[in-house]
Amino acid sequence: MQPSNRQLGALKALVFALALVPLATLALGALFFPEWLGANPAEYITRKTGNWTLRFLLITLAVTPLRMITGWNWLLRFRRMLGLFAFFHGVVHFSSFIAFDHLFIVAEILKDIVKRPFITVGFTALVLMIPLAATSTNAMVRRLGAKRWLALHRLVYVIAPLGVLHFWWMVKRDITQPAIFAAILVLLLGFRIAAKLRGATRPAAVPAGR
Amino acid sequence: MLIKHPDDTRPSEITPKRIYERRRELMKLAAAGSILGATGLFAPSGGAQTAGAQKMENVKKSAFSTNEPPTIYKHVTGYNNYYEFGTDKDDPAEFAGRLRVRPWTVAVEGEVAKPRTFGIEELLKFPLEERVYRLRCVEAWSMVIPWIGFEFNRIAKLVEPTSQAKFVEFVTAYQLENMPGVRRPVLDWPYVEGLRIDEAMHPLAILAVGLYGEVLPNQNGAPVRLVVPWKYGFKSGKSIVRIRFIEKQPKTAWEKAAPHEYGFYSNVNPNVDHPRWSQKREKRIPDFFARRETAIFNGYSEQVAGLYAGMDLRKFY
Repeated sequence: MQPSNRQLGALKALVFALALVPLATLALGALFFPEWLGANPAEYITRKTGNWTLRFLLITLAVTPLRMITGWNWLLRFRRMLGLFAFFHGVVHFSSFIAFDHLFIVAEILKDIVKRPFITVGFTALVLMIPLAATSTNAMVRRLGAKRWLALHRLVYVIAPLGVLHFWWMVKRDITQPAIFAAILVLLLGFRIAAKLRGATRPAAVPAGR
Repeated sequence: MLIKHPDDTRPSEITPKRIYERRRELMKLAAAGSILGATGLFAPSGGAQTAGAQKMENVKKSAFSTNEPPTIYKHVTGYNNYYEFGTDKDDPAEFAGRLRVRPWTVAVEGEVAKPRTFGIEELLKFPLEERVYRLRCVEAWSMVIPWIGFEFNRIAKLVEPTSQAKFVEFVTAYQLENMPGVRRPVLDWPYVEGLRIDEAMHPLAILAVGLYGEVLPNQNGAPVRLVVPWKYGFKSGKSIVRIRFIEKQPKTAWEKAAPHEYGFYSNVNPNVDHPRWSQKREKRIPDFFARRETAIFNGYSEQVAGLYAGMDLRKFY
């Protein structure tokens, strides 16, 4: 299956619009429909955006396995957008934490980041996403060169586990949800290891531009 | 015992004079509003609409009540931690309808001269008071809830604790067939809480059987629960079936689950952080921002600080 460029463009627009739905819902809830966000709206927003950061990370990591299984190389064209959505949700997640929980008081935010392991790892994951987001443009891929770009973007293999660990350590008692994320992550990373062992990976992972 | 009355009225909570003078007018406006509200088009968003459950009669006001505005009924009964019905905040409201609340008895036993089992009907005959208390959850949010209940020490006086009774253990309901949450070992069921006997006997510690003038909704711990307003919410066990006066400090559910995070005392204390988050501030439901600075003993220090004189509250968290 090989969609035409026009079909791909339309599909991309659709995915983009869908990916905006969670945040649009939160924004509408915060501005006009408080009942959507419930009794503790800040917690709701922080949880949801954190959740979607992890979801988008896992979806991004699913692109390569899916591509290899189906042979649909065009899936790669969605990866940058999905990765950027992960980063975007991570930024909103962190912003809601520093705004709602800490009222932007820098000393308290720093104390939390240093003192609380689950925040330390979450913050680390977010910071590590910054260079990936910054080098996501075609121009940056060219400037870095495929090899270095690839090496840099392997950071995602650190970021995603840190993100899941952050969630796991945050949960008070019931670890069902982080365990589900962890299982999917293990599956996605395990697939790569298995593929590598079988010598099946092709160096086709650099985005080919639009 | 010297009982001091709360002096926690903030200047911002005192009704400005010009509004006070217009109170009759405002009440009429509010009444008109509720008529419009009935059409569904102009439903008031902030009002304390209750569910229309059974009203409780002959409830006295109490000087222990705070003047802070109560959290609206919808949030008090829709945002709950009651893990027996699931770990999400809306699980209790969704599933607690299944809780079987009749017949209900509370066995009071252990180091007492006159052990006794109370039927819920007997408990409802105790002289009831409305206590508007602050509730501070260990998760750094808070509410103000108009409970209806009676002081726990009334029960104690009837069963006559012996000199061996140093602690009180509260065992809560475990109904395997009605509680979807207990199928998983999230906590060591049944949920058990405990107090030192002088804490339990303190006049602020109540057994609640209602809220907002009505019978206690299941998700809030029907038919009878403990409320200890100066401690984090999880110390106030819901749906109590057994009360034991004992000599040794009981192991409580959260202590067993994570001893370094949840201590036996669990007094509200902004100076002792939870290992994973600060307790300095709280979000008053439904605020977005954690604007309120948490007060030691949840603002009840005038009444209860004496219980902990000389104790290192960092060690006994």
